[in-house]
Amino acid sequence: MSDVSFVRTEMLPQQAPPATSVGLVGWSRENLFSGPVNSILTILSLIFIYFVISGVLHWAISPTWAATSLGECREMIAAAYGEGAGHKACWGVIRERWLQLMYGFYPPYPVVPSANFGAAPEGAWPAFFRPNLAFVLLVLAVVPVLFSNLPRKMLWITAAFPFLLPWLLWGGTLWTPILVALGFVIGYLVMRFAAPVVGTIAGFILAVAVPLLWWGFAIGPLADAFSSVLPLAIPEVQSRDFGGFMLSITIGVVAIGCSLPLGILLALGRQSNLLILRSICIGFIEFIRGVPLITLLFVASTLLNIFLPPGTNFDIILRVMIMVTLFAAAYMAEVIRGGLAALPKGQYEGADSLGLNYWQAQRLIIMPQALKISIPGIVSTFIGVFKDTTLVSIIGLLDPIGLSNSIRADQAWNGIVWELYGFIAVLFFIFCFSMSRYSMYLERKLQTGHR
Amino acid sequence: MKKTVFFGALMAAGVAAGAAAAATLDDVKARGKLNCGVATGVPGFAAPDANGEWKGFDVAVCRAVAAAVLDDASAIEFVPTTGKTRFTALASGEIDMLARNTTWTFSRDVDLKFTFVGVNYYDGQGFMVPKELGVTSAKELDGATVCIQTGTTTELNLADFFRVNNLSYEPVPIETNAEAQQQYLAGACDVYTTDASGLAATRATFENAADHVILPEIISKEPLGPLVRHGDDEWGDIVRWTLNALIAAEEMGVTSANIAEMSAAAGDNPEINRLLGTEGNLGEMLGLSADWAKKAIMANGNYGEIFATNIGVDTPIGLARGLNAQWTEGGLLYSPPFR
Repeated sequence: MSDVSFVRTEMLPQQAPPATSVGLVGWSRENLFSGPVNSILTILSLIFIYFVISGVLHWAISPTWAATSLGECREMIAAAYGEGAGHKACWGVIRERWLQLMYGFYPPYPVVPSANFGAAPEGAWPAFFRPNLAFVLLVLAVVPVLFSNLPRKMLWITAAFPFLLPWLLWGGTLWTPILVALGFVIGYLVMRFAAPVVGTIAGFILAVAVPLLWWGFAIGPLADAFSSVLPLAIPEVQSRDFGGFMLSITIGVVAIGCSLPLGILLALGRQSNLLILRSICIGFIEFIRGVPLITLLFVASTLLNIFLPPGTNFDIILRVMIMVTLFAAAYMAEVIRGGLAALPKGQYEGADSLGLNYWQAQRLIIMPQALKISIPGIVSTFIGVFKDTTLVSIIGLLDPIGLSNSIRADQAWNGIVWELYGFIAVLFFIFCFSMSRYSMYLERKLQTGHR
Repeated sequence: MKKTVFFGALMAAGVAAGAAAAATLDDVKARGKLNCGVATGVPGFAAPDANGEWKGFDVAVCRAVAAAVLDDASAIEFVPTTGKTRFTALASGEIDMLARNTTWTFSRDVDLKFTFVGVNYYDGQGFMVPKELGVTSAKELDGATVCIQTGTTTELNLADFFRVNNLSYEPVPIETNAEAQQQYLAGACDVYTTDASGLAATRATFENAADHVILPEIISKEPLGPLVRHGDDEWGDIVRWTLNALIAAEEMGVTSANIAEMSAAAGDNPEINRLLGTEGNLGEMLGLSADWAKKAIMANGNYGEIFATNIGVDTPIGLARGLNAQWTEGGLLYSPPFR
């Protein structure tokens, strides 16, 4: 028996895969150049991307940050690149006006209303302390809602935020938000202690009516009385001074924050068995959805003025916020109704069989599932509402778009278009993109694998 | 029966509204601030600067009224209005007066129930063309493409002008002045037409302003002026005579430089004395202090000074006085006598 063997007795050492199928080359062969058509498309796309990026960079890279007028920009560009440099950006306008684009006419130091954007007056808080603090609190208030692994105690900030926001932005006495918050406590107490005595429905009506009377009649005198003892007041700021991104964010946050609960109630009302309630909800939703937002804004800015008795000063920004909230709520209701409709009937029956009442079933079984299904729709409604706030420029409020027109009316910057719109677009993109990324995170986190 | 009650209530509300609206002066004094409607931004006429201060030719009228009534040229709440919201803002009482390049027309005065108290700028619609076209008169514009803002009186004026002169044109509709500048510079239209003051302001921003000419024809009358609501003539008088005081001050040579000296004591010219309150009781008749006109003039100077600071030949907008010169210098500015 010879020791010639036809079978290998030892394994060949592993070899590296061919250079053409791994790494950058392999990846691009597989993904970019897998066939003649794909190769051509890849090359065309690359050429296209190159032209776009080089064009944008050629425009954007421009040593004009220090300029104080469009004419000066042109001189700077001519000095740096010679004549015929083509279309170059004039960034001086952003340097000079970015605070205005962010805060509008909000006084930087409300303690000293005459002080403008210059140096801080003696003893004042840092510039724009109040809106900045409100924004930080907004983040702190939203974060515990969004990320459930944070300490639950932070939810107290969330609860306090709706009352702190108006106080920080508009100023006045701290008693007003405290008393407004007290209204909710009163409503809860009435519901808790009166309902067993007078019955559920009467208790519910009382729980709504008593706080409304409290807000309508008791708060004003009480706030005055308390503040005469202990003022706790900060200088007031007029709504007219709101502008820029601050205005967009304020309107957007209020509309987003209020439209979700309102939308849930409307969606439930639309599915309710109570005929009158259902008709009202359907009528409201269909009416609002059948009317463009801009029409509602015109109603807020002009029609209400005529109907209200002369001399009533019903704040224009408040009017706009109400209209945008109602508009968003109608859309939100339909999005959530979609989520409700997607739930199998067994879920409702299961809740009934456990002996849960209507609100318990909604809170523990129906809503958690329906809202989870509706997340993409809810978030895109949020994004839409936030972007729609730019429509207020049409009724003369100076949001970023409205301000871009006012800035162009300054003869130094007349003729500047792209820089302003570019800046505004980038800021809006940052906000909207963050919202969209968060919605994707939430969907992944809540993905419990039903399908 | 029910209807009668309803209409009765409505009437009562209307009467109450009238009574409440009748005392604008008292409202302004009680509030301590004048609510003045301005444009959201028209170069030279109204624009906020980097500090958020409103500046411009129309803004100066607001400031003069605030100075006359409240003795403080900065006691103003500027309410930016658009072309669509301006009239309801005034009619509803949201603003006390509107100074927002608004053309005085019959229907606005009569049908919309406003009172135009005067004219602070005589404008008119003009044409701007690139010099290389070699056009020297608007009558040579046959077959031109024209950039025009939609939904404005300029659109109607343009149609009238070309029809009267038997010319044809192709309109390029645009929405805002900023868009018009881009379109015109990109060559999307041969001609840009709007108010002559707007054309001048636009041309001043061009990289090569000398390559564009504004044609001599002015095809419409656009008297721009401040306005107030019908029904409160006392308030209308205050705004009217504040504007007249600015105009008269220029005519009489009262400037912000010499007004302190002139108003210190009664001088030789009785009309100046009456204007500045050192003689007579004109201020009292208006329900204001004796030196109301002095305060109004000191706010931003007389009409000529306001014109020179905001839109005159030394500003980037560079408008000549033209029709807006005093009547003594061939213009249309003519203040009734202060007597």
